[in-house]
This record gives sequence, structure tokens and C-alpha cells, in this order.
Amino acid sequence: MREMLRLFVVVTLFGAISGGILAGVRAGTQERIEYQQIKFVKGPAILQIMKGCTNDPLTTRFKIKDGKEERAFFVGVFDGKPNTVAFEATGKGYGGEIPIIIAVNMDNDQIVGVGVTTHRETPGVGARVQTDPKFTSQFKGQSIKEPFKVKGDGGKIDAISGATVSSRGVTGAVVSSGEIYNRLKSNIVEKMKSIKS
Amino acid sequence: MAKTAFQEFTKGLWSEVPPYRLVLGLCPTLAMTKQVDMGFGMGLAVTFVLVGSNVLISLLRKVIPKNVRIACFIVVVATFVIVVELLMQAYTYELFLKMGIFIPLIVVNCIPLGRAEAFCYKKGVLPSFADGLGMGLGYTISLTVLAIIREVFGNGTFFNQPISFLGPSFQPFSFMITAPGAFVCLGLMLCIMNLLGKK
Repeated sequence: MREMLRLFVVVTLFGAISGGILAGVRAGTQERIEYQQIKFVKGPAILQIMKGCTNDPLTTRFKIKDGKEERAFFVGVFDGKPNTVAFEATGKGYGGEIPIIIAVNMDNDQIVGVGVTTHRETPGVGARVQTDPKFTSQFKGQSIKEPFKVKGDGGKIDAISGATVSSRGVTGAVVSSGEIYNRLKSNIVEKMKSIKS
Repeated sequence: MAKTAFQEFTKGLWSEVPPYRLVLGLCPTLAMTKQVDMGFGMGLAVTFVLVGSNVLISLLRKVIPKNVRIACFIVVVATFVIVVELLMQAYTYELFLKMGIFIPLIVVNCIPLGRAEAFCYKKGVLPSFADGLGMGLGYTISLTVLAIIREVFGNGTFFNQPISFLGPSFQPFSFMITAPGAFVCLGLMLCIMNLLGKK
């Protein structure tokens, strides 16, 4: 019986100590890991649509609670003023969710740029929503409050031929980002005040 | 006859080098040698785990009851593996993405568990440390050599940089990059090692 107890105690102690160490390491690396994920997954899209900003949008960021979710916002400084935010939204595509990064000018609610990040659309067909700049540039300069639709659905966005579903997915993502923007604008403005240019 | 710590260290580099002599840890040897950076990274990750778990297990060998020793070994090895995984994620994210599932799979790699059972549970801290370092470096060198052969001939690059000494007419021998190419390459290496080791 005593021997049995010793086995229990030793294994339990091993587990507990190892759990403690891992929790410590995780807490210590969490922030850096988050930054790396942003840099390699969302980073290229953010930097591309925020071209011309004078800060590093990847480090100038804040989070806002939106219901159960927490959304990350990246701030771009243009002409010495932090007036642009980029954030993520998703729409339904052909191969699943299409996540996009959209940048909005806070002064006039205009879209600065749209970039598709990690998608599972068909290579060479639906995937062109990411690689064809002609498609995403249609949103540039438009008001984010507009209810975008592809031409086939009675809107004015030119879908990529052969990839209507993917184009509709990106358009839907832009519309849902408009909803997020409207919902959280006051919070964004509040947080932007604390950012120095 | 007791061996010195130095002998324990050097045996891992040549006479008992893990993939070629002990023929252990072959899964990552085949999968992680497409590119030199992958092979090298894998080797260093295994070295870190081996040194850490070897030292800790030999320190605790009086505390660990015989009946549950394997469970304790796995906890120790798994802890070090997760530490490596988190550190790689934080500091070498691109390599982490490339190596993917093979980092957590170090836990079930036969080398750390095998060394713990066959060596550290019976020997002191210093020989265990030397053994872990030697085995780890031997593994790193083995993987790097295999990766150099496969990447240079299969892809015409070295550390992802194009190399020029093969001349402009060189056509990559892409078979080397594929999984069967890994087996053939490993087989040739084993053959060479056996020839060299022949007395």
C-alpha cells in the first residue's frame, strides 16, 4: 500500500511541476507568438493595403471586445495623423470562410484597401480574389457604409469571371466589415485618441 | 570498465551516431531533410530536448520508482518538447511553420526515451549530459548532411539560396526531394557508414 501511494505521489508531482513550468513558459512567450502570427499571417496583407503609412501598423494595435469575440485593430499613420484602421472580417466563399483585412479612413469612412489573407479557394480560379489587384481595388475609395453586391446580384462590383462565389464571398466580407465598423466606431475613436502620431 | 565523459560524448558523434548506427529516430530523418534549415533546426531541437531530459532524469533517477519510470520519462521529455515548440513559435516562426507536426512528434521519437531508459536511469549526471550532447550533435550532423545532399541535388539550392558551382546547365534531380528519394538517400548513407565502419 505504501509503495502504491509513493507511485501516485511521484507521478502526480511530475505532472504538476511540468504543468507549472509550461504555464510559465507560455505566459512568457505568448505576446511574442501573437506578434509572429500577426506578422507572418496577416502582416503582408496589412502592410500592402496600408502602403505609405509612416509607422509600423503591426505594433500599433489595440483590441476591442465585440460581443463574445475580441477584434484586433491596426492603426496606420498617414501625413502625421493616425487616421486609418485595419481589421479583419470574413465572408463565405467557395471553399469555406474567406478572411479579409480591410483598412478604413476614419475621417471620411472611405475604404483605403482590401486584402485577402488565408483562404481555401480553388487555386487559379477563386484564388484570384487574392492575387488579382484589379478585383480588390474596386472597393478602394468607396464608402464603407455602402451595401456592396456583385453585378450578377444587382450591385456594381465586377466579379472575377468563373469565380463568382469567391467574389461574392469577398464582397460579403466587405459588407460585414461595414457592420463591424458601424457597431464599434465609437469605441475605435475612443481608443485612437490614446495613440500618438 | 568505466568510460570517461569525453568518451560518452564522442560515441554519439561516430560509433553510435543515432540515425546511421543505432537506426533510431528515422521518421524525422526522412521527413525533415528536404531543406538544410529544416534538418538543422530539427537536429538542434532534438539536442535541446535530449540534453535537458538526460540531465533531469539522471538527477531524479533515485526518486523515480521503477514501476512508473516510463510515465515519468514521457512527462519530462514532453515538457522539454513543448518548451522547444513554444520557443520556436516565438523566435523562428517561419521554421516552425515548415516543421509543423514534427516538433511535437519529438516526444515519441525513440532517441530521448531510449537514452533515458538505456542510459540516464543508470548513470550519473555528467555522463548523461555528455551522452545527450553527443547524441544530439550527432543527430544534427547526420540530418544536416542528408539535407545538404537532398537539397543541393534535388533542388539546386543550399539554405534556400541558389548555388552556382553546379553550372548553368544543371537540372535539379527532383527525385531526391520526394519521399522515396529520402529512403534511397538514407540507404546509401547507411551503406557508406557500414563500409567505413568495417574492421
